[in-house]
Amino acid sequence: MSEMRRVTAICNGTVVDHIPAGKSLRVMQMLGVSVGRSNPISLVMNVPSGKIGRKDVLKIEDRELTQEELDRLALIAPNASVAIIRNYSVAEKRQIELGEELVNIARCTFWNCITQDPREPLPHKLRVVSKNPLEIRCSYCGRSQTIDQLAESII
Amino acid sequence: MSALGFVGGHGMSDLITMDDLSNDEILEILDAAERLLPVANGDVYAPLLQGKVLGNLFFENSTRTRMSFESAMKRLGGEVVNLSSVGSSVAKGETLYDTMQMVDGYSDIAVIRHPRQGAAQYSADAIGIPILNAGDGAGNHPTQTMLDLFTIRQAHGTLDGLNVVLVGDLRYGRTTHSLSHALVRFGAKLTLVSPDSLRMPTEIVGDLQSYDTEVIESENLSGAIADADVIYMTRIQKERFPDEDEYAKVAGIYKMTVDDLAGAKSGMIVMHPLPRVDEIDPSVDSTEHARYFQQAFNGVPIRMALLCRSLGVEVPKEVSG
Repeated sequence: MSEMRRVTAICNGTVVDHIPAGKSLRVMQMLGVSVGRSNPISLVMNVPSGKIGRKDVLKIEDRELTQEELDRLALIAPNASVAIIRNYSVAEKRQIELGEELVNIARCTFWNCITQDPREPLPHKLRVVSKNPLEIRCSYCGRSQTIDQLAESII
Repeated sequence: MSALGFVGGHGMSDLITMDDLSNDEILEILDAAERLLPVANGDVYAPLLQGKVLGNLFFENSTRTRMSFESAMKRLGGEVVNLSSVGSSVAKGETLYDTMQMVDGYSDIAVIRHPRQGAAQYSADAIGIPILNAGDGAGNHPTQTMLDLFTIRQAHGTLDGLNVVLVGDLRYGRTTHSLSHALVRFGAKLTLVSPDSLRMPTEIVGDLQSYDTEVIESENLSGAIADADVIYMTRIQKERFPDEDEYAKVAGIYKMTVDDLAGAKSGMIVMHPLPRVDEIDPSVDSTEHARYFQQAFNGVPIRMALLCRSLGVEVPKEVSG
């Protein structure tokens, strides 16, 4: 990048790059890093990206996100790239993977699904029927859900 | 009884959608139901399910499904405990999860009808006893499909390659959702006749079209009658419409009379899951085509066969008292 670095490198932690522009606040919310945490967080929004046009970048210091935590992002940032940083160097690169079933990540959006009753205690489950083209259905009612719908019903 | 949480999918003993049965299993169940006909008629008493208890859980109205399950269980020597949302703790706001924990303790198998889609799968995940889906909202109704297939095979001697016309409320009609899935697996050509606002949901049409068979959507019933082997009429379900004005626009749109059947094939059968309102004129009842009352009776032998399957009881090759 020829322009000046917007955020300094971190010593230890996790960098989530190539987040679709404007989605980083939702990413923080899904990772549970937005409130009540002491880790320093750096956020860059809406910067140019050769890969996706515009992107957000999130740097979380002193916390290494697990693969399970990262996979929660598959619905809103499926192509994000993740680097685990140790002593200013990239120690590991991780990819976000869309599993076969999403448990307690998003609610079914169908108005008459049994899971619409907030007192029902079983987990919210969505089944990935196909990855290409992407098709996701509620494991209970079977209704197809679009990514845009699900992004609005993230738990 | 299960701890709070996920019990782990549904096993072979549950019947939630028609996807739970292979074509071979469907045919085996139809054969078993055939053998159980004398028991369903009351001519033979065969206590295959003696000592077993069925939980009959109806959170929505039912005449045929509820009664035929009860009749099936009792004619096989089993017992039935009933629950309806009126007069139970459901009316006090008990969750389905909690209700199912009781059912798990009180019965060996449960039949559930519920206004919420997905309720049957949810119940199967919540407890360990076999669950049979007797209708979940506008979702699935596989035991109805099984009795429909039984009726079709009785009339035509086969399920393969028939020309079937599904008519009416294809958007909210769970019977047609389940039946269409099953029919395309046997190579049926489907004609889906409905007003535009009640077309079959696109994801179901997509599923149907993935099979190597013809699926046509139309608003015209009369044009589909001459080539049909089966015409499956359905009621426009007022209770499924979120908006009463939308219901009023399509109520009474398809009405079959005896005159409409003048050009039909001689072996063509008219079916209906019932109750009917005005979709089939009573003048059709006395024709050779009418099969809906026989279809309703067939709920007993088919549900006998399904209860036996889910409880792991084999139906003998020769059923005798």
